[in-house]
Amino acid sequence: MIRFTLNGRAQEANVEADMPLLWAIRDVIGLTGTRFGCGQALCGACTVWIDGQPTRSCQTTMADVAGKAVTTIEGVSGRVTEAVQKAWVDLDVPQCGYCQSGQVMAAIALLESNRKPTDNDIDAALSGNICRCATYQRIRSAVHQAARSLA
Amino acid sequence: MLARMMRNTPAAKASRRGFLLGSAAVSGALVIGFRPSAGSAQSATAPAEAALTPYIRIGADNRVTIAAAHMEMGQGIYHGTATLVNEELRADWSQIDVVGGANNPKAFGNLMWGGAIQGTGGSTGLASSYDRYRKAGAAARLMLVQAAASDWKVPAAEITVERGIVRHGSKQATFGALASKAAALPIPANVPLRDPKDWIYIGKDRDVLGKLDSRAKSTGAQVFTIDVKLPGLLTAVMIHPPLFGATVKSFDAAKAKAMPGVVDVVQVPRGIAVVADNMWHALKAREAVTVAWDDSRAEKRSSAELMASYRETAMKPGGANAVTAGNVDAAFKGAAKVLEATFEFPYLAHAALEPLNAVARIGNGRVEVWGGHQMPDIYQAIAAQVAGVTPDRVTMHVMKTGGGFGRRAVADGDIIQEAVSVSRALGGRPVKVQWDRENDMRGGRYRPAYVHYLKAGLDKEGNVVAWYNHIVGQSIMTGTPFEAGYVKNGVDPTSTEGAHKLPYAFPAMKVDLTTAKVGVPVLWWRAVGSTHTAYAVEAFIDELAEAAGKDPIQFRLAMMKDSPRHVGVLRLAAEKAGWGQPLSAGRFRGVALAESFNTFVAQIAEVSLENGQPRVHRVICAIDCGIAVNPDNIRAQVEGGVGFGLGAVLKSQLTLDGGKVVQGNFDGYEVLRIDEMPQVEVHIVPSAQAPTGVGEPGVPPIGPAVANAFYQASKRRVRILPFNRPENA
Ligand code: FES
Ligand code: FES
Repeated sequence: MIRFTLNGRAQEANVEADMPLLWAIRDVIGLTGTRFGCGQALCGACTVWIDGQPTRSCQTTMADVAGKAVTTIEGVSGRVTEAVQKAWVDLDVPQCGYCQSGQVMAAIALLESNRKPTDNDIDAALSGNICRCATYQRIRSAVHQAARSLA
Repeated sequence: MLARMMRNTPAAKASRRGFLLGSAAVSGALVIGFRPSAGSAQSATAPAEAALTPYIRIGADNRVTIAAAHMEMGQGIYHGTATLVNEELRADWSQIDVVGGANNPKAFGNLMWGGAIQGTGGSTGLASSYDRYRKAGAAARLMLVQAAASDWKVPAAEITVERGIVRHGSKQATFGALASKAAALPIPANVPLRDPKDWIYIGKDRDVLGKLDSRAKSTGAQVFTIDVKLPGLLTAVMIHPPLFGATVKSFDAAKAKAMPGVVDVVQVPRGIAVVADNMWHALKAREAVTVAWDDSRAEKRSSAELMASYRETAMKPGGANAVTAGNVDAAFKGAAKVLEATFEFPYLAHAALEPLNAVARIGNGRVEVWGGHQMPDIYQAIAAQVAGVTPDRVTMHVMKTGGGFGRRAVADGDIIQEAVSVSRALGGRPVKVQWDRENDMRGGRYRPAYVHYLKAGLDKEGNVVAWYNHIVGQSIMTGTPFEAGYVKNGVDPTSTEGAHKLPYAFPAMKVDLTTAKVGVPVLWWRAVGSTHTAYAVEAFIDELAEAAGKDPIQFRLAMMKDSPRHVGVLRLAAEKAGWGQPLSAGRFRGVALAESFNTFVAQIAEVSLENGQPRVHRVICAIDCGIAVNPDNIRAQVEGGVGFGLGAVLKSQLTLDGGKVVQGNFDGYEVLRIDEMPQVEVHIVPSAQAPTGVGEPGVPPIGPAVANAFYQASKRRVRILPFNRPENA
């Protein structure tokens, strides 16, 4: 039994210690907003926060998260989250949308620590998140728009 | 991509027929297309709905549900379909939902392919939907009006419909209140469509109509195939042959079957499936399965070996003739200057971010299949055959997918076969077959590798007098059901499109094709033939312009007297880019032009040099796709097309070593990331012509535009792709 905090609530999972967090939250707990793209920490589709830090859940084991606070796309909230999601919708950023949970999680985390990111800051924070539809230009614009709305 | 399927049937005729047939029998079986997917959020509590046409249902809860004929993979066709319907219907935008239609080829058949089967591809979605969905919206609106007219005993002509409210004087009603009465009326045929001058949605931007699914896709709520939930759903991962053409000799799954969560390990025609209660258990158990393969008939050549033989073939005369115009031999003899060049293109994987998957369930003689069904009628037949039932016993649920780029339009329905055969092997239990990235990348169906040999003659004034192009590579259609209808005299048009019909008036021209026989499965990849032909042609044109001492845009314009739409986009791009005006130090421009799927695109790239590679800063695009139904979606598709195509030319390649695919994930198979994304500006040519597609045409010009700019920066011509190949250093 592994105990941790998931989206602000105490969570128990009766899973093996070596199970990646990604499959525990998707297949065992049933939160499917976090997506599988590569399984090797190469694409960012599975990005969640662990104790507030953006982390690849496909390469994080359940043993790693014991006692920690995990936040998924279903559990984010607050001013920065609202600003980011509003900008994403206002600019119609998503195409297929499959990568966007990971992009949004990375973007919120960036703005939580840097309220006025430059293009370079955005590139550095999000270059681990692949978008095969290449919505990158709108992602950049949306991060800037969210930053402006938070100023 | 599938644009050519059955194109001999005139689309206009099929359009009318498809709509009338669909309309004539709205009750009963035709409504099946609307059955909500059990994988979607609405399914559990779907309220009573009334079908006004096979395409539009209105619920007692006042929701308007539109069944789209084309699968949504990010190209925005659900948005386009809703725009077309609502231009006529005039619901409130917020009351509309779009779902995937299926199981009804009469209603959903692709009119650009002749109308007989449903399918998505070849950037045909909007063209096929343009009349069909406006007519459906107009018919539904009239039915609501007639229902109100009879309720209120007023003339229908005096009733107005605005933002979901039907009104006459002080009387008003919602669509939901009128829906069941309206659905009982006969569907009117040939309702006149609104005059374009009265349009309030078509051609408008996202300040008027945002995409309906942007919020769900920004909050994680969107349901993809990987997210489908069913009672008792199992997950299967596949072991595929390590070489294309190898088969299972024997396997030992004893250890795997004893592992936690494992339900079974079964052999199916396409490999071995490890089935478990969740993905992790399946993946872990897969490691414990040992398989002996029979590779006696497998493809064992390396890609280097294949390319060497393609090169040799390309430089010799031969192949099937795709086009001949004028006297090519004489024209070359009379030329003042002859140039030649050879271009090499690697295999490319689609690598959509959602790895291939499908969900199947069999019970009570019925089969259900959830997936990104790009060709649902064909997959329905395949599922029926695998399950041993008739196709009418199979229900296809069309899910939105995490990208596609052509990979989900496969004649043999690979993933469908797997899902249904695994479910069948488990006695019909619901199962999701989920490929991991390595399955997806090593599973074949690549953009074929090609070599182009090009030769051109210039006269003393620098005009092109002779053009010869020999293309060598695999055929996509040969060996599939499409071969009979499309491969003519040894020429697969998907190998030569973008090369055999050029906007340039050459007095003499010859294009030959040698189709290579290789055991690597190949497929259409976003923009298909033009992904390589546009590069070869447009990069070579740039070489000719230089040899002629002419400006590359003037050089092209002089040869395009009969290609007004090409000229239009080229001039617009040049104007917007400030072509001819100086750039900041260290920046260089290149231009390219390509028509694909009846859409015309010119792009001008601005690059600088960085560690011997191009850094692309800005791309100015001009596009003519007829009437711009959703301008912002057009911009989005071109932006994405540029990024998708740029990543491929800069660094994507799929190579084989002794027949084995080398790359398995995004470390070896590199794609564009955000730090390499240029600023893309999209300018749309105003047009009153019928709309054409935009999902693919943004891709072809970016490679040659960058190559031509890179030449200005480095004086090096990149003729072997991708750019980061050691040969280009
Ligand atoms: S699935 Fe975890 S980084 Fe790709
Ligand atoms: S929106 Fe499709 S992968 Fe990013």
